[in-house]
Amino acid sequence: FSQLSERNLNCCRLQTRVSFVTCIVFLLQDSKQKRSEGGERMGRSSTTKDAQALFHTLRSAYAATPTNLKIIDLYVMFAVFTALIQVVYMAIVGSFPFNSFLSGVLSCVGTAVLAVCLRIQVNKENKEFKDLAPERAFADFVLSNLVLHLVIMNFLG
Amino acid sequence: MARNFGFLVLILSIILICEAVIFNPITDSHRSAALELFTPVDGSLGSLEETYEALRTFEILGIEKKPDIRASTCPSVVDTLGSSSSSPKDLFYSFKVNGLLKCESNEEVFAGITPRLKASVNDVNILLDFYYLIGSLVLIKDQASEVDVLLGDGDRIFQSIKDLSQSDGRWRYSSNNPGSSTYAAGIALETLAGVVSLSSSEIDQSLIGALKNDIVKLFDGIEKYDDGAYYFDEKLVDTREYQGSLSATSSVVCGLTAFATATSESLDLPGEKILGLAKFLLGIGIPGNAKDLYNQIAALACLESNRVSVPLSTVLGSSAPPLSVKLVQAFSSGSKDASIIENQELKFDPENAVHFLDALPKSVDVGNYIFVFEIVFHDPEHKKIYAIGGRRKVTIYVTGVIKVDSTEIAVLDSDLGSIETQKKLDLAGENALSLSANHLQKLRLSFHLTTPLGHAFKPHQAFLKLKHETKVEHIFVLGNSGKKFEIILDFLGLVEKFFYLSGRYDIQLTVGDAVMENSFLQALGHVELDLPEPPEKATRPPPQPVDPYLRYGPKAEITHIFRSPEKRPPQELSLAFLGLIFLPFIGFLVGLLRIGINLKNFPTSAVPATFAILFHLGIAAVLLLYALFWLKLDLFTTLKALGFLGIFLMFVGHKILSHLASTSAKLKSA
Repeated sequence: FSQLSERNLNCCRLQTRVSFVTCIVFLLQDSKQKRSEGGERMGRSSTTKDAQALFHTLRSAYAATPTNLKIIDLYVMFAVFTALIQVVYMAIVGSFPFNSFLSGVLSCVGTAVLAVCLRIQVNKENKEFKDLAPERAFADFVLSNLVLHLVIMNFLG
Repeated sequence: MARNFGFLVLILSIILICEAVIFNPITDSHRSAALELFTPVDGSLGSLEETYEALRTFEILGIEKKPDIRASTCPSVVDTLGSSSSSPKDLFYSFKVNGLLKCESNEEVFAGITPRLKASVNDVNILLDFYYLIGSLVLIKDQASEVDVLLGDGDRIFQSIKDLSQSDGRWRYSSNNPGSSTYAAGIALETLAGVVSLSSSEIDQSLIGALKNDIVKLFDGIEKYDDGAYYFDEKLVDTREYQGSLSATSSVVCGLTAFATATSESLDLPGEKILGLAKFLLGIGIPGNAKDLYNQIAALACLESNRVSVPLSTVLGSSAPPLSVKLVQAFSSGSKDASIIENQELKFDPENAVHFLDALPKSVDVGNYIFVFEIVFHDPEHKKIYAIGGRRKVTIYVTGVIKVDSTEIAVLDSDLGSIETQKKLDLAGENALSLSANHLQKLRLSFHLTTPLGHAFKPHQAFLKLKHETKVEHIFVLGNSGKKFEIILDFLGLVEKFFYLSGRYDIQLTVGDAVMENSFLQALGHVELDLPEPPEKATRPPPQPVDPYLRYGPKAEITHIFRSPEKRPPQELSLAFLGLIFLPFIGFLVGLLRIGINLKNFPTSAVPATFAILFHLGIAAVLLLYALFWLKLDLFTTLKALGFLGIFLMFVGHKILSHLASTSAKLKSA
């Protein structure tokens, strides 16, 4: 089962990276349009000012995303932070019992990944999933979560 | 008591070691065996037959302290005698028990039974029925003298029983059953004896003569063991009816003696066979079960019915008639020709009931002898009554103190023969030698052995043992020339035998014999041997036996060291982090509120609303199920419940989500 969880973990990591990258890419796509307009005005500024400007544009671009996507993003953040806290706790007290630690962290990571998948499928700007009804994606999300949590509960011990 | 013209057997039991097969007369060990085997269970000894056997055995052996079973047995005896439907076998055994216990002495009861028995005698034709009925009538005659038990047609009954006999002396149980049995022969003889004693008129002599012929034929078929024991064996005819050789022999013996008593005839049977029968009965020793013990004791009692007190002992241990014992010859076991004592008569000591020889002649030295005894009766009449066992050879060990002297031990130089150390020993006392030698020297030990009469003596054992510190032992036999015993150990030749082990060797001398009263095994001290180094190919000394307790005894106790439990974090830390975990959740909720979520899309109409609620409830139920699963359920019950919940959830979820999808599609198209 540990092998399975390893694979799962890798898969999750990969998927997380992919999804994160996709997220960032989408956000940047949104913000790029806005930036390109105001970009010439800035001209040659220092990196900090660039970073600040980037941050601002990202923020404003993000505000434009629909609410349901924001909810999903929030959920992902919540899951990731929970995972982080668990890792910190393990770092403090040691990894006994290891299976509990794994199940806790993997549940957070797994649910985050599933949420990202949901986000991809629900996002109207994603041309790949144009024909898929968002309710259907949500149903898949719920079902997958239930299965994931069954496995997690079994592994929790 | 009138002497019977039966057969009595006399066995000598002089207090010496017998060289033939040991058959001892009945002793106390028989009595204790009888008490052990015949123990009452719940106050009774079993059936009437078993009770009778026990009581008779106790009576013959003279056991006074027998278990008291009157209380339990007498009622059943009285019942059987009183009832009119008792079987002949039950009646027979109750009469027997009554004879020993005297439960019922009412003459009327006996008088009541007798006519019935007499009538039945005319009706039966099976041997066992005859046996029980006639036996019961004989016992009534003994126990109730007033009752008339005489049989009018004794001849006819005699003939009908005799008809069941066969040509080889055996008897059949009934005319229908063709198989014959020796045990049946014994029973038949006893029955016929009863008929003779009960008959009102004299039985025809021709019948008796024919019966005597049958007995002779029966004896012709007797079996014999190599040591002179004779016995009657049973050919296996019918597995149900098979009786062993002991019961067959016992029944024939008792039948014979009963017949001889009843008819007052003298039966001409070879004394050797009678002796052989007694040998067989005694040779059994102490039987293992109750039935065999009864058969043995009863047969011996039948053989010996005379209790006149006489010296020497008969088979049952009572004394023998007056006679004299002569020591015919005595010669040493080595030389069978030269006899030392001839024709000495043994004196009789009436107090102790033993015959003894006053003094051994002076010429009898220490050693092993065979004495031959012969018995001669004082009264020639006794010869007819008693059968004796010929000449008896008995081995006697004459022991004495052997003188051991001139003991010397010396270490010699091998080439020159000169003495390096020489010590005189006194083997009667303690010795602690301390010699030393190397491989070029020799060790010499010598002593003289003399018998009390001054002759040379060669003991069975004369050993010298050298034992090394590592417990490796070497044993040497001492040779002799005349009176002198000597051994010379040449270490040069013995180096290999000693496995090249140098060091301290303990010396032990053993001299012993059965006739030597002062046999000894003495440690003489030690010798330090200096042997050369072993070459590579030298044989190693054999491994010494390990003390079995070391190898097989209990080993040291193993204390298990369990894995120490993992160090757990302090409770407070865990609780703190539990609180911390909730923070992101709170952050999520706060963030949700800040985004500005609303429940506008929640369906308002009834049916979809219920579905929506059920959907949420379903999810909550599944999560609750998971919590229960973690807390106490097992996977299988969880999966079962999950199956049901899942189907429900799917149905509800499909309903609500399809409803939502359709409303949003309508909105889009609109």
